[in-house]
Amino acid sequence: MQREKFLAVNSHFQLQYEEKQSCYVLLYPEGMVQLSFSAGEIMSLCDGANSCDSIITTLVEKFSNQAIESDVMEFLDEAMSRNWVIYHEA
Amino acid sequence: MKPNNKTVSPPLWILLELTHKCPLECTYCYNQLDFANTKDSMSKEDWFRVMEEARAMGAVQLGISGGEPLLNKDLLEIVKKANELKFYTNLITSGVGADISIVSKLKEAGLKTVQLGIQSSDEHTTTLITNNQNAFKDKMAFAKACKDNGLQLIVNTCITRQNIHQIGDIIEMAERLGANYLEIANIQYYGWALENINALLPTKEQLAEAKAITNHYRENRKDMKVFFVVPDYFATRPKACMNGWGSTFLTINPSGVALPCNTANTLPLTFPNVKEYSIEAIWNDSEAFNYFRGDSWMREPCRTCDEKEKDFGGCRCQAYALTKDMHEADPVCDKSGFHHVVTTKVEESINSDKQPLYRNKINSMNIIANRLDSSCK
Repeated sequence: MQREKFLAVNSHFQLQYEEKQSCYVLLYPEGMVQLSFSAGEIMSLCDGANSCDSIITTLVEKFSNQAIESDVMEFLDEAMSRNWVIYHEA
Repeated sequence: MKPNNKTVSPPLWILLELTHKCPLECTYCYNQLDFANTKDSMSKEDWFRVMEEARAMGAVQLGISGGEPLLNKDLLEIVKKANELKFYTNLITSGVGADISIVSKLKEAGLKTVQLGIQSSDEHTTTLITNNQNAFKDKMAFAKACKDNGLQLIVNTCITRQNIHQIGDIIEMAERLGANYLEIANIQYYGWALENINALLPTKEQLAEAKAITNHYRENRKDMKVFFVVPDYFATRPKACMNGWGSTFLTINPSGVALPCNTANTLPLTFPNVKEYSIEAIWNDSEAFNYFRGDSWMREPCRTCDEKEKDFGGCRCQAYALTKDMHEADPVCDKSGFHHVVTTKVEESINSDKQPLYRNKINSMNIIANRLDSSCK
């Protein structure tokens, strides 16, 4: 994980908040993943203008919790290995 | 009628069949034999309303299919609307029937993914299966245009005795086309495919070989994800058809008839039309959508079967087509008293030299006329 590189949701996927399911979902061909609250918070910041570092900063501030850094890193590693999140080339 | 023991969750997957017209005449088509009776009577506004209502209920996946959806002149506007509503859009197409410039316009309209049907790795076999001499050329051009425009490409290949020997070549070709996924779908026997089963069903040995070739690819190269759908005629338990009747999936056909699966109107039930009822009323309250929810409709061996929550008794259309009673267990199941119907069909097909009937309007009208004849006698 290159922590300073901008991150984006892979354009073949579609991330959105679903009122009916009360969570973020990630859509792909004929399928859907319901994201946990924290996964949804992280994924929604992968907007091409945030890096792993800035996502951590934002979320540490938002939830006043220093301990989440490793969780964010772990989730982003997983999301990148699944191709949900990619480096955003400007 | 309300379901007795299940709460109704909203549909997640909506399939719009924009037309049953198709430039190809594939003998394995699941469309109904009497498709010539289906009229394209949905206006653009009707499709828009259906999408809005389904989305409001929580549907997220939209399939746009046919027949051949490229033949519907409102396709681009429908895709655009679907995208605005935040559906994940899947176009299920043969790649034949429109000028190639449609691809960039589809991308512009917000299309997410294309599922392109491929019948063979060579032109001759493609023509033989589709009865269309331009099909191969057009499909190759369509696939290339999808990749050039940055659309996600899924190659769907329907496997029968006519092309099962080409699995290795088809995998190679899908990879060359840059497919993100390849679905190798051994066809299921409905509609035209069931009519033509003696010409289409592969042998168990052919199937085993095809599976081995697919697994060999999966082990050695991993850049393209490959799905392999097994034909249920060689199984001993039925598929969990549609993830359960009226649980997830809703199809609207070109006449506006709402169906729990693409072929449900082969059953002796009356299905509601979206021009008369809202999607919510159809999904939650219609008799047809509630008919096979839960398990109170089941007979033995399903009723007391410890696997009934897993496969829901299998496919209702298959039960009806093969046993003439839609309440029976899917006869693919070896607990079914009608399982011999499936095994007999498998045996019969091996020794048959029957030529398949192309899926076209004239053959459909002949079938309709023959049915009328025999019901008058």
